[in-house]
Amino acid sequence: MWRPEPSDADLPVRIAEAGLDRDVLLAAYRRMCLIRVFEEAVRSRYWIGKTSTFNMAAEPIRGELHLAIGHEAVAVGVCALLGDADAVVSTHRAHHHALAKGVDPGRLAAEMFGKATGLCRGKGGEMHLFARNKRFLNSGIVGASYPQAAGAAFSFQRQGNRNLAVAFSGEGAANHGTFSETLNAAALWQLPLVIVIEDNLYADATPKWAAQAVNQQFQRAQSHNVPAYLVDGMDVIDVHAAARRAVDRARDGYGPTVIEAVCYRYRGHFEGDPENYRTREEVELWQRLDPIPRLADRLRRLGWADDATLTGLREAAAHDAVQAVRFAEDSPPPEPVEALAGVFA
Amino acid sequence: MLSGIAPAISEAIDQEMAGNPNVVVLGEDVTYWGAVFGFTAGLFQKYGRERVIDTPITEQTFMGMAVGAAATGLRPVVSLMFVDFLGTCFDQIYNHMAKNHYMSGGQFPMPVTIVTAVGGGYGDAGQHSELLYGLFGNVPGIKVVVPATAHDAKGLTATALADPNPVVIFGHKLLTGHPGVPFEGEEEDVPKDPYTIPFGQAAVRREGTDLTIIATALMVRRSLQAAARLAEHGISAEVIDVRTLVPLDIDTLVASARRTGRVLLVDEDYRSFGTTGELAFRIQAGAFDRLRAPIHRVAVPDVPIPFAEPLEQAVIPSVTRIVDAARALTGVPATAR
Repeated sequence: MWRPEPSDADLPVRIAEAGLDRDVLLAAYRRMCLIRVFEEAVRSRYWIGKTSTFNMAAEPIRGELHLAIGHEAVAVGVCALLGDADAVVSTHRAHHHALAKGVDPGRLAAEMFGKATGLCRGKGGEMHLFARNKRFLNSGIVGASYPQAAGAAFSFQRQGNRNLAVAFSGEGAANHGTFSETLNAAALWQLPLVIVIEDNLYADATPKWAAQAVNQQFQRAQSHNVPAYLVDGMDVIDVHAAARRAVDRARDGYGPTVIEAVCYRYRGHFEGDPENYRTREEVELWQRLDPIPRLADRLRRLGWADDATLTGLREAAAHDAVQAVRFAEDSPPPEPVEALAGVFA
Repeated sequence: MLSGIAPAISEAIDQEMAGNPNVVVLGEDVTYWGAVFGFTAGLFQKYGRERVIDTPITEQTFMGMAVGAAATGLRPVVSLMFVDFLGTCFDQIYNHMAKNHYMSGGQFPMPVTIVTAVGGGYGDAGQHSELLYGLFGNVPGIKVVVPATAHDAKGLTATALADPNPVVIFGHKLLTGHPGVPFEGEEEDVPKDPYTIPFGQAAVRREGTDLTIIATALMVRRSLQAAARLAEHGISAEVIDVRTLVPLDIDTLVASARRTGRVLLVDEDYRSFGTTGELAFRIQAGAFDRLRAPIHRVAVPDVPIPFAEPLEQAVIPSVTRIVDAARALTGVPATAR
């Protein structure tokens, strides 16, 4: 997998066009660092008790774990433009979206640890994360996020406000019928919807070329009269520039947009993934495009941050992540009797 | 006076829409055709396309939209034209609508009302004649409402529209009053003013002492006819209309079973691993020491609903088959017909 190193000659122009400034980019850097350190911290805890024999039932974090390391720029570039009243519907890989939307990291971690203090009181787990105060919804079923986000967008349109809904998905989900169906409905009704596809080249272990008859999602979007942007998902500035246009379009009542962000997950589909579908060299090549050092380099070159500033932001983010995991570890488990409560409202 | 459950359901939706601007109606053909069988008839003319919206034929997408809309302040009423189409959208119903409240730790109630047409008896065959409420009842998080009368249909629909949970209303086609299919209901005096009927309260439609016949929807009508014939033979049958399967009024069923000592379950859904089995289990658990015979059932044998009239009649419970089963249960042999 070869990719050209992107040129940065037009960086100031792109930043201006994206409506970015120093404060937004520094905040984005810190948020991306938070996601990275959070994911690494969770990963280290996940493997406690799983190193000798990989057993998903082993504590302290049970079940599957879908890390988003490498996807940070997509989540942050989009969610930086959203407010609490905007809705996000995420997928089985949801941690970065939740953190980028402003969901409390401690309660997020606690949910992954299955604690009573978790977002969902231990009833959801990492693939079913919900935060009402941030209008954050989630589904572990691939392809299910599109219509649900369209439904939220439909609500906002009926309510006459300027909120919008964002559906995140991987590129594998775009093969699902819900993608085409939602594009059709959203274009038909001009819904305030942004569909963000994190194209990390693999749906589970299936390479994109083995599953997709068209190379890019914008081809599909165009067939439904939905404008689409193909962006470098390892570049928060590029993501943000497209997202800004999409978000403005939605808020102003001009309908849906697709953002196709090419990115790369540095970890497997899930922790424990044998990763036999790709080479170590490929992963290392993509690591040269790591979105976090790339942003740091640019901030330095623009003169917007020196090493001390960046270190300070990284350390603050790491502090938040560590605190979140500590909160999760120190929290009590739910009472077993809770299992029987809450089927109906 | 109303003939059929369809105008009763649309009237309840209309009365809720008039007072609650968050109620919207979504589905296929909900405008001009009133969801085919009339469950949404008249709403489009009154509320327009802003609130009564024809969707593309994409059940999983409009059910998914209902999930997202319910999470953000709307109260969607969704038409699933025929319940047989649930295969195209069940993921959004059972994995999301039914689970989101629980999985979110109570953060996201899912106030969605689904209205769907069910049942056979008019030659629509395998993919347009089923009941399937047993599938919905099997999944936690969905309330299952099966009205047998127009009066109930209106009151139960009003209750559904005030419920913060997903509710599926199963409207039997032969009770809708739609002119294109046979009508086995009757003209009823249905109050014009809004009213509600609580979920979880079975209705004793006819009192009796020799056996208890328990049924839903169309089968309530046929069981009542059967009870009238049984009376001619000196058999006193109590007929109970379950009205809502989830929540289930097991107390009324058990109390009747304890009184009569004999129970006949009549169901137009498939026989195995479904409603009759569940009802039988719960009834025996509460009435075992008073039962004088094993619980009987008349249900659709485990075959798809066939097309040709003699074949269809052979599988959907009829008045005669209910009478015969009741006679067998009470120890009276079936007589020549």
